[in-house]
Amino acid sequence: MSGKAACIRAENISMSFGKKEVLQSVSLNIAEGEIFGLLGPSGAGKTSLLKILTGQLRQTGGRAFLFGLDTEGLPRDAYENIGLVLDNTGLYERLSCYDNLLLFAEIYGTGREKIMEALRRTGLAEAKKRPVSRLSKGMRQRLALARAILHEPGLLILDEPTAGLDPSTAAEIHALIREERERGAAVLLTTHNMEEATKLCGHVALLHLGNIVEYGSPAEVCRRYNHLNAICLTLKDGESITVENTPLSAKVVADYLQSGQIESIHSTEPNLETVFMELTGRGFAS
Amino acid sequence: MRLRIIGAIWKKQWKDTLKNKAVFIQFIMLPALGVFMKHMVSVEGLPPNYFITMFAAMYVGMAPMVSMASILAEEKEKHTLRMLLMSNVKAGEYLFGVGAYVFLLCMAGAAVFAFAGGYTGAGLAQFLGAMAAGVAASLLIGAAIGTWSRNEMAANSLTVPLMLVCSFLPMLSMFNEKIASAARFVYSCQVQTMLKTAGAEGIDPFGAAVVAVNILCAIVIFRFVYRRSRLD
Ligand SMILES: Nc1ncnc2c1ncn2[C@@H]1O[C@H](COP(=O)(O)OP(=O)(O)O)[C@@H](O)[C@H]1O
Ligand SMILES: [Mg+2]
Repeated sequence: MSGKAACIRAENISMSFGKKEVLQSVSLNIAEGEIFGLLGPSGAGKTSLLKILTGQLRQTGGRAFLFGLDTEGLPRDAYENIGLVLDNTGLYERLSCYDNLLLFAEIYGTGREKIMEALRRTGLAEAKKRPVSRLSKGMRQRLALARAILHEPGLLILDEPTAGLDPSTAAEIHALIREERERGAAVLLTTHNMEEATKLCGHVALLHLGNIVEYGSPAEVCRRYNHLNAICLTLKDGESITVENTPLSAKVVADYLQSGQIESIHSTEPNLETVFMELTGRGFAS
Repeated sequence: MRLRIIGAIWKKQWKDTLKNKAVFIQFIMLPALGVFMKHMVSVEGLPPNYFITMFAAMYVGMAPMVSMASILAEEKEKHTLRMLLMSNVKAGEYLFGVGAYVFLLCMAGAAVFAFAGGYTGAGLAQFLGAMAAGVAASLLIGAAIGTWSRNEMAANSLTVPLMLVCSFLPMLSMFNEKIASAARFVYSCQVQTMLKTAGAEGIDPFGAAVVAVNILCAIVIFRFVYRRSRLD
């Protein structure tokens, strides 16, 4: 592993609700300054794991550490270095965007100028006086994110920050997450959007039936499933031809190239989505 | 307890109260009604502060309980309390902040009653003291209900019947001997007696004891509920 300190370390976490086993033996490490994606379909146990990692839920087995502190009996001031967006945004409906942030700025003891900065960065400066009850879903999500980044925490924990948002709002949120990483924050996010994870995350863990079934950078994970290892040629007449990626195929490809029939050539490396389909036997119902 | 946190909670709560008609009306309806009746209605033979003491006793049984329970239950239901606790606000700071806020607002209402009733000197002290004790008891019951309930609906289903008992019992006991003999063990009835005698007689030790025991019971119930259900 790199020399960077771990923001989050989970060792063999297991969790059951009564007889229902939600997490079996989950271990992971999140280093300072990285964006880590926890992927999995609905019901995989992502939210439960986040709750355990933030000390909101007591695991049934294993240990978890936040900034090196055991999450069982976490001192409250450890929370001052975390920014959270939970699956329910937890905003005060009757208060304005500004007043929602003002409360937390006063709690954290951060300057007022940070409020306007957070509103500007999330594109809510114009809506600062609007009560939360009159915000769209995307605006609420951005306000929750504004609250999470207000005090410039060392770790952001975001539960499905872009679920149900239109692509342009999601892209704005992605940009903001990258900015936070550049500032030096580590980010742990959950998503069932594979494209998002590929673009954003340094490391991903695929959670399925309570286990981490794959772990690594998105490119590594995909390469590991590249057993087809083929090259796909699409011809101008619409036909598509798949050839093995071996020296033996060189002549076939060269012939097509020479005849000028080729529309496009690409490798058939799987993306995270197909990897997950293969691992779980199903796709991501969102 | 950090004053910065308490102050932040008060500020937020005040802004929210101004925009939350259901809670806001709790604080002003009965004092307004008391002032109105005092000046507009005069019935021969009624004691001088008949309406003031009646409405003030109702206020004690109603406003602190309903507002405290609904504030706590709503914060739990909407997960805003979880966000506060996850931002290094301690559960005790939150409860104290909201509790003190409701208490002070109710005492502002009490001051309106006292002013309208024209109390002065020892009478004023007795009036406000009785109101403070009653508000504290109601507030603790409301806090227990709010802590217990998962959402506002559940809280209302408990506060509405209890609030009716606490706020109407003083009035009912004026008309019915049997009710009165049982109701004298309920704090709101004793508070009403203290209000009626404020400035005229001293405090009845039995009444003071009943209020003290009621407050103690409310503390015990609250502590029990708080241990059982926690705040998230
Ligand atoms: N408090 C709870 N009590 C009982 N079951 C729960 C509780 N919270 C979550 N679960 C169950 O645990 C499983 C994982 O839930 P969750 O962690 O929310 O998954 P995800 O966030 O990946 O969608 C689900 O089957 C859910 O029904
Ligand atoms: Mg979830």
